[in-house]
Order: sequence, then structure tokens, then C-alpha cells
Amino acid sequence: MSTQTSTPALVPFERAIERYDPVLGLEVHVELSTATKMFCGCATAFGAEPNTQVCPVCLGLPGALPVVNAKAVESAIRIGLALNCEIAEWCRFARKNYFYPDMPKNFQTSQYDEPIAFDGYVDLDVEGETFRIEVERAHMEEDTGKSLHVGGATGRIHGADHSLLDYNRAGIPLIEIVTRTIEVPAEKAPAVARAYVQHLRDLMVALDVSDARMDQGSLRADVNLSLKPKGSATLGTRSETKNVNSFRSVERAVRFEVSRHAGVLDAGQSILQETRNFHEADGSTSPGRPKSDADDYRYFPEPDLAPVSPSREWVEELRGTLPEPPAERRKRLQSEWGFSDLDMRDTVGAGALELVVATVAAGATPAAAKKWWLGELARRANEAGVGLDELGVTPEQVAGVQALIDEGRVNDKLARQVLEGVLAGEGSPEEVVTARGLEVVSDDGALGAAVDAAIAANPDVAQKIRDGKVQAAGALIGAVMKEMRGQADAGRVRELILEKLA
Amino acid sequence: MSSAISREDVAHLASLARISLSEDELDRLGAELPAILDHVAAVQEAASADVPAMSHPVPIDNVFRDDVVRPGLTPDEALAGAPASEEQRFLVPQILGED
Repeated sequence: MSTQTSTPALVPFERAIERYDPVLGLEVHVELSTATKMFCGCATAFGAEPNTQVCPVCLGLPGALPVVNAKAVESAIRIGLALNCEIAEWCRFARKNYFYPDMPKNFQTSQYDEPIAFDGYVDLDVEGETFRIEVERAHMEEDTGKSLHVGGATGRIHGADHSLLDYNRAGIPLIEIVTRTIEVPAEKAPAVARAYVQHLRDLMVALDVSDARMDQGSLRADVNLSLKPKGSATLGTRSETKNVNSFRSVERAVRFEVSRHAGVLDAGQSILQETRNFHEADGSTSPGRPKSDADDYRYFPEPDLAPVSPSREWVEELRGTLPEPPAERRKRLQSEWGFSDLDMRDTVGAGALELVVATVAAGATPAAAKKWWLGELARRANEAGVGLDELGVTPEQVAGVQALIDEGRVNDKLARQVLEGVLAGEGSPEEVVTARGLEVVSDDGALGAAVDAAIAANPDVAQKIRDGKVQAAGALIGAVMKEMRGQADAGRVRELILEKLA
Repeated sequence: MSSAISREDVAHLASLARISLSEDELDRLGAELPAILDHVAAVQEAASADVPAMSHPVPIDNVFRDDVVRPGLTPDEALAGAPASEEQRFLVPQILGED
């Protein structure tokens, strides 16, 4: 990162918002999970070998003609409807002309003044308060290729000797969702920005139109921010922080830019209209590219593509396919599950909502499902540095382990060993129990013998229990469990001890 | 009705299109471009408010394709026309210099 000695000091967020109000704008790009690209039949698999999913259309070879992917239009309309947008009766694609090798055509096919969806809104619940975010537009466009910068410092474009281009991603359908300016109480702005992006992610997952994975770039957020002095109506110059790649980063990017803008303005300098790059490591931003002549994109209607005019019948049919809105669904689940607000927040925050839903569907109680995913499994996922959904255990398997406990066939300790076996790929919970011989001994004959042995070996303890000091039973339970190598139902052992020493 | 186009305008357009123009060409195009604009303006006059804008010669909407994968090019085919390639990728010259 270049150091500018003249860069004014940051003003701590809390102090900055005493004097300035942030004005936000969020642009979110959603990569659709269609099987093929926006304008050609190339596959869209993530992580394929370079340039294996390309054709004359997405390589911009002469004479190639694009044709619109019907599924992408359908997804665009469904997204628009879910954002409470109007759906255009007639709209066109446009060429956004620029010279940069990530698009071999020298233009990106996008939509300009005729977006397919416009004038929508979403309502967000943030810390018990509802905020309405207005959506200006959602339009269709295509993704760009991936550049690899060779030579120079650590893959940066500046000073690179040359660049290598993989066009597998070029032409994958994108929906760009643009908000109107967002003005909320300054102290809430970072959380509202985060909640908005999270809401869009949930919506995309519920609509089943995108993987919406920020870590894989299938959902990308740009944070536009300017400050205005409190009480003033004049908008400041804005910065555009690009490709902020996690929910937490959205929040951090807002906080950092507020601090930076305030520092620049306090020093009597002016904010440069530029793009900024976000740095995950320290939550800072650094200068990207200034706005310049190069941003004159000379948009014009794409002559190679026919206009799109979705019939009202089609739009209504698609409206009928919309899922329950995420916020309403969460409220319904919370009440069905009997979760407290805190339980629900923890579950959602841990990214475990869908896993709990599936575990409950597989037969576990909501409380048990939550206990596994937010307890033992969260700990293991954390240790392995992976997401809960990447842990290698399915909700069905978790429900299976819980069923073993409920049937009294394993205790909590054995259940964790069963889970370990499942995670190690040893098969279903049943198979692990059989293979590892993990079932508890609930046969009173075998347990009774072990209890008798423990009483005989610990006469002092036994006497205490006879004298009514029931809590002393713990030592005997421990001895029996040790004898049974943990494979006993501790509750039953306790009952037997107390019966025998009554 | 011809509006003059300044040398600066021509130079700006040329830079957007990545075309390098000589001094003579800047002068010549500054004179020629207004003639083209006048021609377009004549079409605009003919199109009154009741004539909808048209972007295609044939009125046709909703030309869609099913979302079905079709074979494309192999990497070798894709790279065959590239002046240079490396690691199965298109090699392009330096994009930006040092900052």
C-alpha cells in the first residue's frame, strides 16, 4: 500500500458522527447460478480450468451473435419482484464501452436507462428497529474475465509486467442491485449496511437464484459513501469502496470511510471522487482509480440483442413462485420453535438457520438441533476454520445422533464419539455405533455388578450416601463409568446406586 | 444548424476510442463530424412524438435461449488466435504502469 505522508489522520467513528452524517449507497452484484452464461451456452462451473468454458460469443470473436438466457431473465424478474420492484414492460440491453482486457469485446453488455426492475424497497430489522431501504434498480449484465497480474509486487496490477486472462467467468449472468441514497441515524449506518447485504444474501438463497457466496465472489458489495456536516443538506463527494467480501467487512468499510472522510474534511482538504480498495486484514481502504474521462462509457442500445418485454402474465406467474420473505419466515420459525429473540439471533448469526431447519425436518427437536450446531459442531468448524455447512456432517446425520441419545442408546459423551466417526467418514451414526461398539450398556445385570463393585471398593463414600449425602454419589458414578469405559447411561447408574444404598 | 465540434472534442472522442489522430486529422474530423450529426438531426426531425424510438430494423422482442449447456471451444482453440498465451490464459501486455 502506498503511504501518503499528507494523508490526514483518521477521526474515530464515534467522534466523526458527532459532526457529520454519512450518506450511503450500496451496489450489490449477484452472480446467477444458471447452468449457462448470459448470452451463450457456455457452462458456468466455479473453479474450472482456465479458458475451458468459453466460445466465440463470450470471447467476442468476430461474427458471433449473443442470445439471451431465458432462465437469467426469469431470475432477474423474480429478484426484482422480491425487492418489491416494478418490472419493465419493455427494456433493452446496452453496451458499456471501455478498454480493459477483462472483457474481450471491449464492452460489457449491461442495461443502462432501461433496467428490467426498478423502484423497489426492502425493509430491514436492525436491533429491533425497522429501516426501509429504497432500491433504485436491478439490472441484468454479464460478469468479466479474471486477470492474473504477473511480475511486480504480489499480483498487483500496478507495475505488473503483463497479465494473464481467463474468460471462464466472462459472460456469467449478473444482477446489479442499486439502492437510492440511504440516510439513517449515523450510529446505525454500519449495521444497516451490513443488514442490507445480509438480507440480499438471504433473499437470493431463498429464491434459489444464486449461491450468493461472498467468499467466492458470487455476491459482491460496493459501498458508496459521502459525509455531510450535520444540519447541512449539501451532499459531499463520495468514494466507492469496491468488492467488500464479507458482511462484517461491509460494516467495517462504512466505519473506516466515515473516519477517513471526516479526517480529510477536518483538515480542510477535499474528498477525491475515486474507487477505493478494501483490505480485509486491517479493515482499511486504499486509493483505487480516480474517476476520469475513461468513465465515459458511451452507452448505446445493444443492436445484437432483441429487447426484452416480459408479458404481465409471465410476471404474475413468477410472482406466484416467490418464497416466503426471509424476515417473515424467521418470525414464523422462531414462534414454531419457541426460541427466544437471543436464541434466534445466535442461530442466524452462526449461519446455522438452514441447518437447524433441515435437522428439525429430519426429526430432531429445535432445541436439540440448535444445541448441536451452535455447540459441538460450531466448535469443530471453528477449529477446522470452515463453515458449518462445510464440516462434512449432514443435518440428517445430526438428527440421527440425537435420536440415538433420545432412545437411550448412547449418552452425551458417546454421542460425541459417534459424531467424530461420522465426521471421519465412517458412515451413518448407526454404522459408527456398530463399528465402534459405542452403545451404552443399559442391561441392569451388567450395570448392577459394576455398581456393586464400586460400592465395595468405596465403603466410605457408600456410607455417606446411606447417611443422606446424595451428592457424594458422583464419585461412585465416576467409578462405574470408568469400569464400563464410558458406555453406560449415567442417569441409570445413579438410580441404581441410590436404590442399592437407600 | 451545424454545430462546430472543437479540436478538444475530437481529441476526447479519439482517446475514448483509443484512436491516435494526427494534427491534420483532428482538423479534418472537426469539420466532417458536424456533417454526420446534421444528417442524424434530420432523421430526428422526421421522427415526431408519435413515432416510437427503434433500435432494431425488425420489430422483434423476447428472443431467448433455454439454459442448456452447449459445447464451446477447447482451450487450444480459444487461444489459437491469441498473439501470446501462458498457463492456458491469454497473455496481454502491461495494463497499468507503476503508480
